[in-house]
Amino acid sequence: MTQLMNENGIRCDGRRVDQLRNISIKVGVLKNADGSAYIEFGKNKILAGVFGPRDVHPKHMANQDSGILRCRYHMSPFSVTERKNPAPSRREIEISKVIKEALLPAVILKDFPRTVVDVFIEVLQADGGTRCAALDAASLALADAGIPMRDLVSACAAGKVADQIVLDINNEEDQEGQADMPIAYMPNLGKITLMQLDGILTPAEYQKCVQTGINGCKLVYEIQRKALMDKYFTNEAQ
Amino acid sequence: MMETKRRYVIPGDVITTGPFRPEQNVYQEGDRIISTSVGISEIFDNAVRVIPLTGIYMPKTNDLIIGKVIGHSSLSWEFDINSCFVGFLPAQDVFGRDYSPTKDELKERLDKGDLVAARVANFDRSRDPLLTVQDRDLGKIESGELIEISPSKVPRLIGKRGSMIQTIEMATKAMITIGQNGWIVVSSEDPDGLLKAIEAIRMVDAQAHMPNLTERVKSMLGVELGDNNDTINE
Repeated sequence: MTQLMNENGIRCDGRRVDQLRNISIKVGVLKNADGSAYIEFGKNKILAGVFGPRDVHPKHMANQDSGILRCRYHMSPFSVTERKNPAPSRREIEISKVIKEALLPAVILKDFPRTVVDVFIEVLQADGGTRCAALDAASLALADAGIPMRDLVSACAAGKVADQIVLDINNEEDQEGQADMPIAYMPNLGKITLMQLDGILTPAEYQKCVQTGINGCKLVYEIQRKALMDKYFTNEAQ
Repeated sequence: MMETKRRYVIPGDVITTGPFRPEQNVYQEGDRIISTSVGISEIFDNAVRVIPLTGIYMPKTNDLIIGKVIGHSSLSWEFDINSCFVGFLPAQDVFGRDYSPTKDELKERLDKGDLVAARVANFDRSRDPLLTVQDRDLGKIESGELIEISPSKVPRLIGKRGSMIQTIEMATKAMITIGQNGWIVVSSEDPDGLLKAIEAIRMVDAQAHMPNLTERVKSMLGVELGDNNDTINE
């Protein structure tokens, strides 16, 4: 087992316990999609594209009262060290579902009856915490497509490594750490839209973990905000 | 009158708090008024709204739009109107009240791929938009060049009381028909004028959020600069 934290509280990739990985986001990278975003979250590289609102196919999925949201999370065969079968796995289907459900409280689809908004997420390189990074990109792609939203969704994981609560779990910490808790959060509304927990925490640790995760989401939000502002309001004195 | 206050906002931004009336692209949460899209917020006469910088075209009754025929049934044509909905034009609208499906052939009037200037007669959430061509300057477009721009930038292309579009038309001597859905037809006798007009429209599309856009377009077209003080338009 590798050592996940040294005696000075520095983690295996050189971060402090409350430090995010480096994040860079670019909005509007795909010409053919209505909205898109590319995120580099540490070593994660993820592309998100949004199409719609558009006609629903198959027709029976359409809702007469409101639009619907569909989401596809997919990992490229080359995104991990061992080639991944490109067919959707159990894990990808589950992540597609949780991402959809994490975005659903943010989007307002009442004005688009009988239509669908499709979100496609392609993981080009994975290094732990892809569902959070994917959510960050997807929410920006939705905003870029002009889908009405109550708030952006920011996501970030927290967890327990070497008996300490840490922010933003990477792949090694996910494999060998004690707990992993991805959180998605709407920063302006102060509401959580996704929370999962893999591992065991005491009630006190749980509280601290949620708080750490939310703080991380707020940091991510600032980066998301800047990326969106950069696309639409560059060349201007803010 | 209150002065309008403008700001750049993204979804989730709190525009203001207090007793304001929420209008387009905003919603109320408690006493906070929050933006739902990327755009420019305006507070005017106790009403708050956001002018979006992105998004698809949502049909509104009375909008002038340009549609492309994608097919027809025996009673109506269907149009691609650059929206998530399909536009319907009833055959009676073109043939008159004595239209009979056995006698008249829809294809003879409008065929697949034809461009039509139409007005949205009726639209609500429960049905697809109903179009009409019974007005002056509406109907099949015989010639011209189709340009697609983002529908959210159409108001900018028109400008305050039509200032922008007049500038372009005067400088290039081109005829420009603007559909609210972001489809524009430009026609001109003079090929240079046509190219100039297309370039100007593309410029507006690309730089819609910049201040003094009319001035920029004027200098691009080689028109002398006036003191027309142009601001971001609704």
